[in-house]
Amino acid sequence: MIYADNAATTKMSKTAIAAMLPYLDGDFGNASSLYGFGQRAKEALENARQTVADCLHADVKGIYFTGGGSEADNQALESAAMIGARKGKKHIVSTKFEHHAILHKLDQLKSRGYEVTLVDVHEDGIVRPEEIAAAIREDTCLVTVMFANNEIGTIQPIAEIGAICRERGVLFHTDAVQAAGHIEIDVEAMNIDMLSLSGHKFHGPKGIGVLYAKKGIRLENIIYGGAQERGKRAGTENIPAIVGLATALSENIAHMQENTEKLTHLRDKLIAGLSEIPHSILNGDAVRRLPSNVHFCFEGIEGESLLLLLDAHGICASSGSACTSGSLDPSHVMLAIGRPHEIAHGSLRLSLGEDFTEEMAEEVIASVKEVVSYLRGMSPVWRNLCEGKTQFLLK
Amino acid sequence: MALYSEKVMDHFLHPRNVGVLDDANGIGEVGNAKCGDIMKIYLKITGEQGSETVEDVRFETFGCGSAIASSSMATELIKGKPLSEALQLTNRAVTEALDGLPAHKLHCSVLAEEAIKAAVKDYYDRNGIAYDPEQFREASCAHCHGGE
Repeated sequence: MIYADNAATTKMSKTAIAAMLPYLDGDFGNASSLYGFGQRAKEALENARQTVADCLHADVKGIYFTGGGSEADNQALESAAMIGARKGKKHIVSTKFEHHAILHKLDQLKSRGYEVTLVDVHEDGIVRPEEIAAAIREDTCLVTVMFANNEIGTIQPIAEIGAICRERGVLFHTDAVQAAGHIEIDVEAMNIDMLSLSGHKFHGPKGIGVLYAKKGIRLENIIYGGAQERGKRAGTENIPAIVGLATALSENIAHMQENTEKLTHLRDKLIAGLSEIPHSILNGDAVRRLPSNVHFCFEGIEGESLLLLLDAHGICASSGSACTSGSLDPSHVMLAIGRPHEIAHGSLRLSLGEDFTEEMAEEVIASVKEVVSYLRGMSPVWRNLCEGKTQFLLK
Repeated sequence: MALYSEKVMDHFLHPRNVGVLDDANGIGEVGNAKCGDIMKIYLKITGEQGSETVEDVRFETFGCGSAIASSSMATELIKGKPLSEALQLTNRAVTEALDGLPAHKLHCSVLAEEAIKAAVKDYYDRNGIAYDPEQFREASCAHCHGGE
């Protein structure tokens, strides 16, 4: 099996599993307990918090463990919205291709009287900092822009946006779920006030995430109860998952440079190979993208059937087609970068892991070529395009 | 549990009657690319008017796995059958023959039923055969997605 869906989730790191095991089998104590046994869990928790802080170049007091990336996003937006409301500021700036954890939370805030401006992400999938600056108003309480897009992998100009927000006195949050552990993040240097990340995107466990909030930002609770996480996230700490997240994050960062070099080469090999397919297009900027992300549209075919046939070839991939999501519309990311519906349905995302090889890249290219050609052979849309009854949209 | 039944996967991976019929005398196309699925059915209908037979059938489909499997199964269910029987084919029969479809994929079987009806209507139109228009409601996205 060739697993090329690491943007969905990743294989757990052996190091992270080894670090977690003592807390699953033996040190099961509750970090809130007074006795020494519980205090060992407390120590593991605080060590993990320090590790995560170091990975983000952040103050350890700003690290809060959550139940995942979506929860961290929700808590960040709720907190910023309430801070804004206290100052009479109820306008939020974001982008059209954020993750649904952001977009759906923004919808909920809209229903509570907030105004939201979603800036364009252009065909290259890159937000323009000057457009963020232009969207900020007197009553803007938050700018939230994802660090790297989860579908097309484009990396946003976070430091530039951070500088603008700092200058204008507006809180800046970034959903770094796809970026953390894969590209450099420095919350101080990049003027990031709040940041979300999720353990399972960098070989850590699922169901655990982090919200970073700069000192002085008053967080609102999403979960009420005990005083865990300085009273901001109730619930007994999931020590094994927290230890696993911290271990996986620091391990990934330790190997970031070599992995980036290797994956960038393989990514570009895949892009070159798949670009040979006629009437196809690479989605997102070719350079300012995650080293692991390859994303194409193929005209005349539908993405779900493409994925099923790739699965039959032993390749796990993903698509932004409507049929894979259970909804009627293709991915909002495809539409945000201006792909028409009929093109957006035929999308393919390959997201590589560190164990991806040259041979795998060659096999994937060959399989995608074969499958696209096979599906086009039975597509009435493709026939009409070839017979000149309709015009090709892609070169 | 797999997304699709073994029958669906079999008809998706090994579709029957795929392609074009050069001597088709009834062709129907339903769906649209914007919605993500289009089905085209080619029928070769022979025999005396009133007792015709579907002698041969082919399909072309742009769509998801269940759309391709539904097209394939629908062609199998009508091939060699009297035209009157082909006209009676329901999306439920297609779905049952495939051992079921996920709820949000049921419209694919509706599309298969409608594509066959559209092809029969085309045959009637070509041959000046009278029919009840009620029997051939136009397929639309609102129809195939609306009832979910």
